[in-house]
Amino acid sequence: MTNELIDFTLVSVALLGIGIYGLAVKRNFIRMLFAIEIIINAANLNLVAFGRFIPDSGGQTLALFSIAIAATEVAIGLSLIIVAYRMYQNVDIADFRSLKG
Amino acid sequence: MADIAFLALTVITIGSAIAALEMRSLIYGSIALMGTLGGIAGFFLLLDAPFVALFQIAVYVGSIAVLILFTVMLVKRELIFKKIEDKRRKFAGIGLMLIVMVSLGAIFIDSGIKTITTDEPPVDFRDIGADFVIYYWPALILMGLILAGTVTGALVLARRVDVEDDQRTN
Repeated sequence: MTNELIDFTLVSVALLGIGIYGLAVKRNFIRMLFAIEIIINAANLNLVAFGRFIPDSGGQTLALFSIAIAATEVAIGLSLIIVAYRMYQNVDIADFRSLKG
Repeated sequence: MADIAFLALTVITIGSAIAALEMRSLIYGSIALMGTLGGIAGFFLLLDAPFVALFQIAVYVGSIAVLILFTVMLVKRELIFKKIEDKRRKFAGIGLMLIVMVSLGAIFIDSGIKTITTDEPPVDFRDIGADFVIYYWPALILMGLILAGTVTGALVLARRVDVEDDQRTN
């Protein structure tokens, strides 16, 4: 194998950075969900990469669990977006004021 | 040293991740997100994990990205093309991103990860199946219940009570 573990780790660090940028800057609910997806994928990449280089099947098993749980997270997130959009007619999180504690 | 396929996948994945967040149209943004998720599946193939790669394509590119596209289509047209952000926050976000990338990257490069290489054969996907049914079966059942509960919860959340009441009175 010509690719090393550090290469995959650095790609996942870059994806994590982009995801954090998206969460910090964007105020659009749907774009924030994109950023969360990118961060989860960076984590999955790390799991599989470490599982390949140790080598152990645990990394891939955990990544499969993580992908399935991420699917449920997106389903709930999108239905929350639909409910919030129906109430406020907007996807800007600054408008969702009644959600403040 | 990384090979050509790895470099191409890196460009596709990171480029489309930036495009997903920065494109003006949310529809093109979600298509770019599909590119990122597909690129990650390519990385899984490079890591000799074809089972996870196919799962990634089926679940992420096949269902999640399509679900996001449908949600985007439910939103008003002008909101799809409207970009909501302020300049100062954007610069702060870029600073935060660079700090995270540089500091974590420096930690990883400086650590012992750089010396880890392997000549061992990849994990067989039959081992993963055995892991699931022998060691992780309670977690598998729990995950199935969580999936069922979440889908029901999402349907209940997105239900329109006012429309149903109208239909009942008619």
